[in-house]
Amino acid sequence: MVDAQVIARDCSDRVREAEHPRSLLVRFGPDRPLALNAGVDLSPFQIAYQTYGTLNAQRSNAVLICHALTGDQHVANAHPVTGKPGWWETMVGPGRPIDTERYFVICPNVIGACMGTTGPSSINPKTGRPWGLDFPVITVRDMVRAQAMLLDHLGIESLFSIAGGSLGGMQVLQWAASYPNRVFSALPIATATRHSAQNIAFHEVGRQAVMADPEWRHGRYLVEGTNPHRGLAVARMGAHITYLSEGALQSKFGRRFQDREAKTFSFDADFQIESYLRHQGLAFVERFDANSYLYVTRAMDYFDLAADYGGTLATAFRGTKTRFCVISFTSDWLFPTADSRATVHALNAAGASVGFVEIESDKGHDAFLLDEPDLLSAVRGFVGAAARARGI
Amino acid sequence: MESGSLPSPLRGGAWGGGRRPRPGSDASGVAPRETAPKSAAPFSAGSPSGPTPNLSPQGGGEAARLDLLLIAGMVEPGSRVLDIGCGDGTLLALLRENRGVDGRGIELSRAGVSACLAKGLPVIQGDADTDLADYPDDAFDYVILSQTIQATRRPRVVLEHLLRIGRRAIVSFPNFGHWRVRGELAFRGRMPVTDNLPEAWYDTPNIHFCTIRDFVALCRLLGARTERAAALDAWGRPVRVTMPWWVWNLFGEQAVFLLRRGERGG
Repeated sequence: MVDAQVIARDCSDRVREAEHPRSLLVRFGPDRPLALNAGVDLSPFQIAYQTYGTLNAQRSNAVLICHALTGDQHVANAHPVTGKPGWWETMVGPGRPIDTERYFVICPNVIGACMGTTGPSSINPKTGRPWGLDFPVITVRDMVRAQAMLLDHLGIESLFSIAGGSLGGMQVLQWAASYPNRVFSALPIATATRHSAQNIAFHEVGRQAVMADPEWRHGRYLVEGTNPHRGLAVARMGAHITYLSEGALQSKFGRRFQDREAKTFSFDADFQIESYLRHQGLAFVERFDANSYLYVTRAMDYFDLAADYGGTLATAFRGTKTRFCVISFTSDWLFPTADSRATVHALNAAGASVGFVEIESDKGHDAFLLDEPDLLSAVRGFVGAAARARGI
Repeated sequence: MESGSLPSPLRGGAWGGGRRPRPGSDASGVAPRETAPKSAAPFSAGSPSGPTPNLSPQGGGEAARLDLLLIAGMVEPGSRVLDIGCGDGTLLALLRENRGVDGRGIELSRAGVSACLAKGLPVIQGDADTDLADYPDDAFDYVILSQTIQATRRPRVVLEHLLRIGRRAIVSFPNFGHWRVRGELAFRGRMPVTDNLPEAWYDTPNIHFCTIRDFVALCRLLGARTERAAALDAWGRPVRVTMPWWVWNLFGEQAVFLLRRGERGG
């Protein structure tokens, strides 16, 4: 099972990353607070981010990549904690569909996360201790507001493109609604304009798993020196199932046994799928903060773009000049194609320029992160055409 | 499907049976790696990705251009156009470049949509049978349905939507009243299978063939007004418009209609 010492060491590594990330970092002082939807100002705060490629003289080739729930800014470089490759290296990099030799790619860590941007594991300047549950509840709008401040800081008025999947796609849609004049083209992938009841339900199960861990200590685990890694691992195991598909699980694992010939008549991980999920849980707690998991899932639950625009989604995009490319996957049951179609209908009703393609894949929601040739070629084509239109 | 594997009937005429394979067939099999068939036909409304061959409804290159230009010539410059079953976007690209049209498309096949996106065309993967209901009235100046109506499940409903969504509708379709079709039925007693109509009745996605006269009757039923109509013969040449209907219906291999809805309730 879990090696407590390994967990403790990885945990300290991760905690250090939250305050002093191995990333580019911008600090916003008391003169530049982040006004949150919760009605409070977050100040001071910091954003950790990565960049790739070069900003051109016209400052017209900037691409913002928005990461998903458990992602971070390390989109196309080795992860500083795990050493694993960037989470979207199939999509972003030299010669990739989002080509870092042509475009200046920026990927910030979202507000509320744990890889260097201010979140619940950051130090609360008022107490000198980690925020924990004193950290205000944040929204997707808050994440995007903070990103806009980052772009202001970088002197980038207008983005050539913005892309992201899942929560990243929510940020893309929020960006297009909140700053239509700053977004030339947008790629919301495997996402929706509002979190469904089923998705809120899954998130609630995950949060309850974290909170049920006695080491969570009502969110004060960093102060009390405990680690709710078991609860967080269970949350991750449950969530991970929702990222895959029944077909993919069956074909990848079936009922095969894990390193054994027969049932052991115990509760060991007899089946490969059990072993796989336990591994996913363990790998996750090494790099992610339990409270951040609560906050970022909450932000997704609260996301309902239409609600902010009088209940009519098309109003959110009225008059937009942004070119949209909406993408979904056939086997994604977390953000099914129907969600993307609803987005497309609203964009159509708003008279927006929108393309939509449903990629055939049995990989479920996670397909957007994987080497799916149809996804990559669709993005490459759309981005290339947008670049020609932009004169890049 | 790689373009190299397309069967020779790709070069066939108006009978090209490959219009809009049903969604079930589109969704089956291994997803293709090609973004689009390199030799995609101008009116490729069908699925280049499905197991059904992607067949051009037109004759050879010259005839295809004529058909394409015929439709394009019906569209006022600078208008808003929805092309349903837009294939790889050849017509939309032509309309954008030659007539300054703000064009949108709906296409069933993923490969067709990807090809359109790469041309900078806003095209949505969708199905004429199910998705048109979501469009508001008068959303477009023209709605084009090229070589697709015969492959829809409910052609009447689709045509009603066309007349509702667009101020004008342009519909082109293969004419099942052409003398060669009649000959196949009359003398062989079989559903026509020729170079131009290569698929057997049990394979073709064209489930609602009609003749020009049948189409005119449907337009009348729906109160649609025909502003312009043209038929193209087997060589893609226009059949002279001074000819009576029965000549069109016999010698027109395909027909193009520019329609407008009649008075409401009329």
